[in-house]
Amino acid sequence: MTEKIPSADTATKVEKSLKKRRNAQWRHRQYGILAISLGMFALLALLISVLGRGLPAFKQTVLNLEITTDAVSLGVDSLDDKQLFDTANFQLPIRLALRGLFPDARSRFERRSLNKLVSTGAGFKLREVLKSNPSFLGKTFKLEVPTSDDVSAYVKGTVQINSEGKAGKLNRQQVKWTDTLIEQGHLKSVFNSAFFQTADSREPELAGIWGAIVGSALSLLVCLVISFPIGVLAAIHLEEFAKPSKLTDFIEVNINNLAAVPSIVFGLLGLAVFLNWFGMPRSAPLVGGLVLALMTLPTIIIAARAALKSVPVSIRDAALAVGASPLQACFHHVVPLAMPGMLTGSILGMARALGETAPLLMIGMVAFIADVPTGITDPATALPVQVYLWADSPERAFAEKTAAAILVLLVFLLIMNLTAIILRKKFEVRY
Amino acid sequence: MHKKTILLAGIMLAVASSASARDQIRIVGSSTVFPFSSAVAETFGKTSSFKTPIVESTGSGGGLKLFCSGIGVKHPDITNASRRIKSSEVKRCAKNGIKDIIEMKVGYDGIVIANSKKSPQMKLTRKQVWLALAKDVPNAKGKLVPNRYKTWADVDSSLPAQRIEVLGPPPTSGTRDAFVELAMEGGCKKFPAIKAMKKINKKKYKAICHSIREDGAFIEAGENDNLIVQKLNANPKAFGVFGYSFLDQNSDSLQGSLMDGVAPEFELIANGKYPVSRALFFYVKKAHVGVVPGIQEFLKAFASEKAWGPEGYLAEKGLIPMQDGERKSWANAAKTLKNLSM
Repeated sequence: MTEKIPSADTATKVEKSLKKRRNAQWRHRQYGILAISLGMFALLALLISVLGRGLPAFKQTVLNLEITTDAVSLGVDSLDDKQLFDTANFQLPIRLALRGLFPDARSRFERRSLNKLVSTGAGFKLREVLKSNPSFLGKTFKLEVPTSDDVSAYVKGTVQINSEGKAGKLNRQQVKWTDTLIEQGHLKSVFNSAFFQTADSREPELAGIWGAIVGSALSLLVCLVISFPIGVLAAIHLEEFAKPSKLTDFIEVNINNLAAVPSIVFGLLGLAVFLNWFGMPRSAPLVGGLVLALMTLPTIIIAARAALKSVPVSIRDAALAVGASPLQACFHHVVPLAMPGMLTGSILGMARALGETAPLLMIGMVAFIADVPTGITDPATALPVQVYLWADSPERAFAEKTAAAILVLLVFLLIMNLTAIILRKKFEVRY
Repeated sequence: MHKKTILLAGIMLAVASSASARDQIRIVGSSTVFPFSSAVAETFGKTSSFKTPIVESTGSGGGLKLFCSGIGVKHPDITNASRRIKSSEVKRCAKNGIKDIIEMKVGYDGIVIANSKKSPQMKLTRKQVWLALAKDVPNAKGKLVPNRYKTWADVDSSLPAQRIEVLGPPPTSGTRDAFVELAMEGGCKKFPAIKAMKKINKKKYKAICHSIREDGAFIEAGENDNLIVQKLNANPKAFGVFGYSFLDQNSDSLQGSLMDGVAPEFELIANGKYPVSRALFFYVKKAHVGVVPGIQEFLKAFASEKAWGPEGYLAEKGLIPMQDGERKSWANAAKTLKNLSM
């Protein structure tokens, strides 16, 4: 081949095309930037809207009342009654204290509107306080009790006073009382610590996320304990020991297929196998974890296999050359090197499992559960289920609870994904 | 290795122990009754020595299916329903050994057609609702033709010349069933020719009365009623179909349309004047009373004035209570554990 010397003609041609090619490159970069900014914009819009709605839920409006707990106020004959905690009306002392602040409210209607300023949880709180400190019985003391969701919404400014002087479900008189209570310093907003201590409730001002967090944690624990060892061992066998054959091909196709099966199918499987056949309890994190384990298993196997594949053959060969058995080569050298990749894959799989509701519906975890679960066989819900249940509730105050629950869920997802990245960065080995 | 064995043994033990007994009432069923049932469950758990019952939201049909699957701690004790139990379901129950069922009426729920307060309130009749939303409507000669009404004024000249745009629940929802049966069929019956058909060809009658148009005038907005409420606030021209409790909670921004001249208000639904309302029920397995602790006490708590009375906490949640006499007789049924009679 003889080399051609480019003529002046081709040089101008190249120059022209060069400009074109550079433009194309510039355009493609802009497309890329546009795509990323659109994505970021969507994420930002989601975060801002959720934050804007959810932040008020972290504040709780409380009323500071001076409460007298004598026999008359509690509606019992004597304070020595053994059945006191079952028979007494604990809402009554709170109502009386409130009435003391507004002696003008005399008519039945006025008193009823006045009673509605405090939450029905106030009485339960008083009962708890008295039960743990029986010495307070018969005394007068100050107690902070939660207000009703309507008062809370007005104080937080989520509802405004309309032309008729009403604010949300508060009537004109109730708005006036609330204003007076704020002026006199009885009413204030505090950090809603109860939100992180209690489980679900039908009263928005009492509902908490802790039950769902524990439920999710227990389910994920069961999921991890089951799916991680099985998934990793399956991957090791397929990648390191199994001889390529029709059977392993078949298994591989099936694993990839399973990873794409809609999650509700796993729920149905869980219902048929774990509940009906094994007779395990409904609504339990144990069953939830098992179902989620089935769901994350393919993801873990695929990730673990990819991690094993990325370990260079030379490492195996070196181990075998110095006399290690294939098993030793695998478990002493290959698996430790692949571990960060396996863990990352597992964490991402678990993060997906954390956000699932569909499979949990079939096994009874989409339920109203007022107690925080204490073990894997106790009835429990999960974080996304709580979001779903609150989003469906008619009370307006649940809207902010929904957003707050989404925030909590996002924080947990962030933590899990961050862990995955840190693990990868820290233990990643470059060859 | 030992740790794992112990853990596994622990799991097995826990499973075995929980499967043999249950000290907590389990409730399944309708998502409409769910807020009321769970409110009673919560109060019951807090004020009695029993554990808080677990309430699942599975839908009326799904709940009855679970309920009728058998006797024993594996199966739920109570199911909620936003309609009455069907005879086919009673048969299914009997086949699985559930012979004694206690029926309890909870109260009523109104279904409203509401719009934003930014628009004027509508005065509708059930006939107009059916004409606006049915798939096929009779023309001037009484022959059924596909629904061509575009605006409310096309349906009736007394209504505003505004595009028909109604957001409602999908067919899987109990609210949709009730809306179709009470509002649509109620309006459809007003045509004598169609009413006469009920006796001749019931299937065709149902098809005519229950079919909702699919040309975009009726928009299925999903099971979540809060979504419809939000969309109504954003679009003052649209109407939404949902349960009364959602109107009650959003009464500052939404208004219910008058139906046959009656406004969807608490008192008017309670005394039966508002035409589109349905009864809510729950069903209890008698064989479980005394086996699972607290069922009888739970019934008593539900049937107390403090809960379902006109001043009770369920009314606060949007339940429309029954009239005094009716309430008394159902409370009595709860006390005596009276069997269901179809």
